[in-house]
Amino acid sequence: MKKIFVIITLFSAYTLYSSWVYSYGTDCNVQMSAEAIRGKATWHAKNCQNCHQVFGLGGYMGPDLTTVITDKQRGAAYTKGILMSGGNRMPNFHLSEAEANELVSYLDYISQTATSQSN
Amino acid sequence: MEAETVAKRFIILGFSCLLLSISFGLIASLQYIFPGLLADRLSFQHTRPLHVFLAVNWIFSCVTGIVYHYIPRVGQRFLYSVTLARVHFFLSLATILIAIGGFLTGHFSGREYLEFPPWVTVIIVAYWLLFFTNFIGTVKPRLKGAPVYIWSWCTGLAFFLITITEAHLWLLPYFNHNIIRDVTVQWKANGSMVGAWNMLIYGTAMFAMEQISGNNKIGYQKTSFAFYFLGLTNLMFNWGHHTYIVPASPAIKQVSYIISMTELILFANIIMKWKKGLLKAHADEYMLSTRFFKSADRWILLNLGLAIAISIPYVNLYTHGTQVTVAHAMGTTIGINTMLLLASVAYIFEGMLKPVAKKYVLAGLTTMNISLLVFWLSLLAAGVVRSIGQYEHTYFAKVSANILPYLRVFSVAGVFLVTGVCLVAFNMLAVIVKKQKAVPLPVKERKTTLQ
Ligand code: HEC
Ligand code: HEM
Repeated sequence: MKKIFVIITLFSAYTLYSSWVYSYGTDCNVQMSAEAIRGKATWHAKNCQNCHQVFGLGGYMGPDLTTVITDKQRGAAYTKGILMSGGNRMPNFHLSEAEANELVSYLDYISQTATSQSN
Repeated sequence: MEAETVAKRFIILGFSCLLLSISFGLIASLQYIFPGLLADRLSFQHTRPLHVFLAVNWIFSCVTGIVYHYIPRVGQRFLYSVTLARVHFFLSLATILIAIGGFLTGHFSGREYLEFPPWVTVIIVAYWLLFFTNFIGTVKPRLKGAPVYIWSWCTGLAFFLITITEAHLWLLPYFNHNIIRDVTVQWKANGSMVGAWNMLIYGTAMFAMEQISGNNKIGYQKTSFAFYFLGLTNLMFNWGHHTYIVPASPAIKQVSYIISMTELILFANIIMKWKKGLLKAHADEYMLSTRFFKSADRWILLNLGLAIAISIPYVNLYTHGTQVTVAHAMGTTIGINTMLLLASVAYIFEGMLKPVAKKYVLAGLTTMNISLLVFWLSLLAAGVVRSIGQYEHTYFAKVSANILPYLRVFSVAGVFLVTGVCLVAFNMLAVIVKKQKAVPLPVKERKTTLQ
C-alpha cells in the first residue's frame, strides 16, 4: 500500500511538473497559419530536421534555420530558391511551388517566433 | 526456447544493430567529405536516421538481453514467462525491420531521434509492457528491501514508457502548432529517455560489479542509493541544458544547470571505489569485463569535463548546434553506454572465450579507445571551428570548408573505431551463438530453484 502511494505521488509530481514546463512561458505571440501547418507536414515528411536545426534541435550537416527568413543575408526569396533547386549537399526534393511556399511560410513562422520572443 | 535463449537472442540482435549502425555511421561521415556519395539511394538523409536509430537499438536490445539474463538470478527463480519474452523478442525485431524498411524507402516521421512512423510506437509500448510484466513477475520475491539495481531497472522500465508516450504529445495540435512547445517536448522527452536507458545500463553495471567483486553490499550501499536518486533527478531535469536557446521559461534552465553535473561524478566515484576493492576478488577471472569497466570510467571523466563545459549557458550558446554536441552524444553513447554494455556481456560470456579470442577482444578494446579519442577530439575541433564561424557570422559554405579537415580525421578515426568494434563484437558473437549454457555465476549460490 505504502509503495503504491509513493508511486502515485511521484507520478503526479512528474505530471504536474511536465504540465508546468509545457504551459508556463510557452505561449507564442505569433500564430501558425494553415499554410505554415502544411509546411510543417512537409518538413516532417522530407526529414529536414535530419540536417538542419531549429532552436538547436536537429542534425548538423546544414545551417541552423531558426532565423533564416528574418536574417538580412538570407530571407524568403533566397530560401525559396534553395528549396526549389537544392545546393551542394542540400538535396533537391523536386518540391512543387505550393510545397515550397508552405515551407517558407513555416520557416517564417519560426523566424517570427524567435525574433519576437527571446529571453 | 528457454529464458537463456531469449537473453542471447536479444544480445545477438543488439550486436547486429551495432554492426549495421557503425556501417551506416561510416557512410554518413564519408558523405560529409564526398557530398555526392550514394546521393540517389542512400543519401545522408537516410544514413543518419539509420545510424542513430540502430545505435539506440543496440543499446536497448543489448541491455534488454542482459536484464533477461540477470533477473532469474536476481529473483532466484525461473523467468516469469518465456512466452511473453519470446513475443517481446519478435515484436522488437519486427519494429526494427519496419523502421529500417521505412528509412530505406524514405518514410520518416521527421522527428529527431524517433524518425520511424508514429504508429510503430504502439508496438513498442506493447512489447515494453510485456517486458515490464516479466521483470516484475520474476524479481517479485526481492522487491521488499530491494538492492539498488532493481530500483534502477524498475525506474528505467517505467520512465521509458512515460517518455516515449510524452515524445508523441506533438501529435496534439496544442504542441504541434506551437514551435516552442514542440521543441521543448522533443528535448524533454528525448533527454529523459536517455536517462531511462542509463538507469537500465547502470543497473546491469552495478549488478555485474557486485558479482565480480564478490561484495554483495554494493547494491545496498548508501552511495549507490545516493547515485540512484541523483540519476532519477537527472532523468527528470537534466534535459534542460539543451534548451538554453529555446525561449521558454528561464527558471527551467537554471534548475537544470544546477542538477545536471552531478550524476556522472557519483558514478565515477562508485567505479573507483570498486576498483580499489577489486584485487581481493575475481578481477583475474573477469579480466575482460574489468578492462571494459575501467575504460568506461575514463570515458566518464572525459565526458564529464565536456558536459560541464557545454552546460555553462554562455559556452552553450556558441557550441550548441555544432559538432561539439555530436562529440557529447557519441562520446557518451560509445565511451560510457557501449563500454558498460560490453563489460556486462564480457562478464556473462568471458568463461567461454578461448585465450586467443580474449586477446583479439583486448586488441579491439585498445583500438576502440585510441580511435575514439581521436574521433572525439576531431569532432570537438570541428565544433569549435564552427562555433567561431557562427560567432563571426561567417557564411555557412566557408564554415563547412573550414571544418572539413577535422571531419576527414573523424572519418579515418571512424574506420579504426569500426575495426575495433568488429574485433570485439565478432569474437564475442562467436561464443554467444554457440549452443552452450552460459557459465554459472560466481556468487555464493543462494538456495535457488534455478539449476
Ligand atoms: C542531406 C541533408 C539536408 C537535408 C535533408 C535538407 N537540407 Fe537544407 N541544406 C543542407 C545543406 C548542407 C545546406 C547548405 C548549402 C549546401 O551545402 O548545399 C542547406 C541549406 C538550406 C537552406 C539555406 C540556408 C542557408 O543558411 O544558406 C535552406 C532554407 C534549407 N536548406 C532548407 C531545407 C528544408 C526546408 C529541407 C527539407 C525539405 C532541407 N533543407 C533538407 C542540407 C540538407
Ligand atoms: C558504438 C558506436 C556508435 C554509437 C553508439 C553512435 C551514436 C550516435 C548518436 C547517438 C548520434 C546522434 C548525435 C547527435 O545528434 O548529436 C550519432 C551521430 C553520428 N554518428 Fe555515430 N555512433 C557510433 C559510431 C559511429 C561511427 C563509427 C561513425 C563513423 C565513422 C559515426 C558517425 C556519425 C555521424 C556522421 C553522425 C551524424 C552527425 C551529424 O548529424 O552531423 N558514428 N552517432
